[in-house]
Amino acid sequence: MSHADDHQGTRRDFLYYATAGAGVVVTGAAVWPLVNQMNPSADVLALASIRVDVSAVTPGTQITVLWQGKPVFIRARTEDEIAEARAVDVSDLPDPDAYNENLGEAPATDENRALTEDGVWLVQMGVCTHLGCVPLGDAGDFGGWFCPCHGSHYDTSGRIRRGPAPRNLPIPVASFVDETTIQLG
Amino acid sequence: MGGIPHDHYEPATKGEKWLHSRLPIVGLMYDTLMIPTPKNLNWMWIWGIVLVFTLVLQIVTGIVLVMHYVPHVDMAFASVEHIMRDVNGGHMIRYFHQNGASLFFIAVYAHIFRSLYYGSYKSPREVTWVVGMLMYVLMMGTAFMGYVLPWGQMSFHGTAVITGLFGAIPFIGESVQVWLLGTPNGAIDQPALNRFFSLHYLLPFILLGLTIVHVWAFHTTGNNNPTGVEVRRTSKEDAAKDTLPFWPYFVIKDLFALAIILALFVAVVGFMPNYLGHPDNYIPANPLATPTHIVPEWYFLPFYAVLRAFDQDVWLVIAVNWLTFGIIDAKFFGVIAMFGAIVVMALAPWLDTSTVRSGRYRPMFKWWFWLFVVNFILLMWVGARPAEGIYPYIALIGSTYWFAYFLVILPLLGVIEKPDTPPATIEEDFNAHYAPNSDGGKPVASPAE
Repeated sequence: MSHADDHQGTRRDFLYYATAGAGVVVTGAAVWPLVNQMNPSADVLALASIRVDVSAVTPGTQITVLWQGKPVFIRARTEDEIAEARAVDVSDLPDPDAYNENLGEAPATDENRALTEDGVWLVQMGVCTHLGCVPLGDAGDFGGWFCPCHGSHYDTSGRIRRGPAPRNLPIPVASFVDETTIQLG
Repeated sequence: MGGIPHDHYEPATKGEKWLHSRLPIVGLMYDTLMIPTPKNLNWMWIWGIVLVFTLVLQIVTGIVLVMHYVPHVDMAFASVEHIMRDVNGGHMIRYFHQNGASLFFIAVYAHIFRSLYYGSYKSPREVTWVVGMLMYVLMMGTAFMGYVLPWGQMSFHGTAVITGLFGAIPFIGESVQVWLLGTPNGAIDQPALNRFFSLHYLLPFILLGLTIVHVWAFHTTGNNNPTGVEVRRTSKEDAAKDTLPFWPYFVIKDLFALAIILALFVAVVGFMPNYLGHPDNYIPANPLATPTHIVPEWYFLPFYAVLRAFDQDVWLVIAVNWLTFGIIDAKFFGVIAMFGAIVVMALAPWLDTSTVRSGRYRPMFKWWFWLFVVNFILLMWVGARPAEGIYPYIALIGSTYWFAYFLVILPLLGVIEKPDTPPATIEEDFNAHYAPNSDGGKPVASPAE
């Protein structure tokens, strides 16, 4: 067999590359649905919003509600808790971002995290930013929340202060729809 | 099969010849079963059979449990209770399956430490070792996903912690977590339970396939043995002085050991089936409350301790965080350390520089090895403690020794240690332990020829 036949070689090379290329594309097209089927399905993705009656939540107490499969802490804070949270200098915090989905990027001041301007209402995800445990309320060295799994301490504004968690507790999209009802999502 | 010269299967009858020329399956089975095996193997060489038995036990009991289990968040817990209370003999089958996981890990740890002590991982058995490590990782994945299925409190919140590890990967972590769990915010819900069930059913069969590869690899190189000396391959006669066929000698020995181990196992299953479990997992999963103390199953504890050892106060974590411009934080560092602990173990064949294979003839190695075993148990203990007070420091010291053993001690020992001289042949070692009879001059357990 001759290897010098340029015409035949080029043509054959082209067929090899075309076949291999088609094979790669077809394989990718076949594999992608198998991978993508694991992503959230349409019904799960459908924006679920819930309304929570908070008329029974008095200052110094909190409730935990389940929203999109995750716990949300809704707390009415006392004057002392608000004062304590607002006295902190943002530059002293391990995580300087407010993580408030209602605001976008903003410094982690208590004003940027509280739901209402008077600072009474604080709504945040009840999921530790370390490995996803549910922190305990009214606990920890900073008077806020404490995660029993690996010892993360959050302050009265839900900001990480000490322990392995890297971020502040995130604040979901939330608003008051009337005097005593909060809508999540 | 294999490099050790021995008699191969010869089809005798016309029927056998007919089959053999079309599919040499009888020959394959014969050569596998009659493989020449070093005759000085000690009792640490029985764990392979225990592991094969346990894999079959788990597959059989698992298939039966699936006939009654319902992989749905509202019914999973109840269906497990249905198995425990209503299904005929269901409680026994489930307890066998549940404790079978523990037996599996006891056997695999014994098997791994055997290989680490006698240098079974060293050339030419690197492929056997790496395939074994791969099986070990798959086993851990299978066990983890199986633990999720009863949908108890530990199942649920353990899943949150472990899948949270993937969220720690920089840049892509959150998408990976969403993809793994099938929920937009990484919530643990029906999609996770459903797919874990699917994979928990699949992986044992992949393990079965890898078992064949694992056996194929060491049948090609021949077994290691307590001396680490290779079987003589110069002739069939020489090889026969060092070995005995696997059947019947080692099969009978292994089955005897298996019988003793199973007696203990059945005693645990019968009298204390929940001793190794956590009471919290008999509480139905509740997303709103984490158990006060999340602890993985005992067999994950050493690696869980490594995961938690590296918090942001450790200077190495601070240095890495600074060098990577904050990309690798304490959380991701812990994840890297945990998976890295297994990776460095898998690399042992290339990290160990000693020319002598067996730890029996390595006076300094012995001490470091036993310290490694003690350290493993220490890590297991500290992994179950809360992450406060002195415990993180103990975990940090233990984790450091784990990495130092593979990355520093194994490479250095080969250079500075002066090993003893192993016997010239396996036969010599065998005769030293089992003296030949004074009258006949023949070894007591000579092969029937």
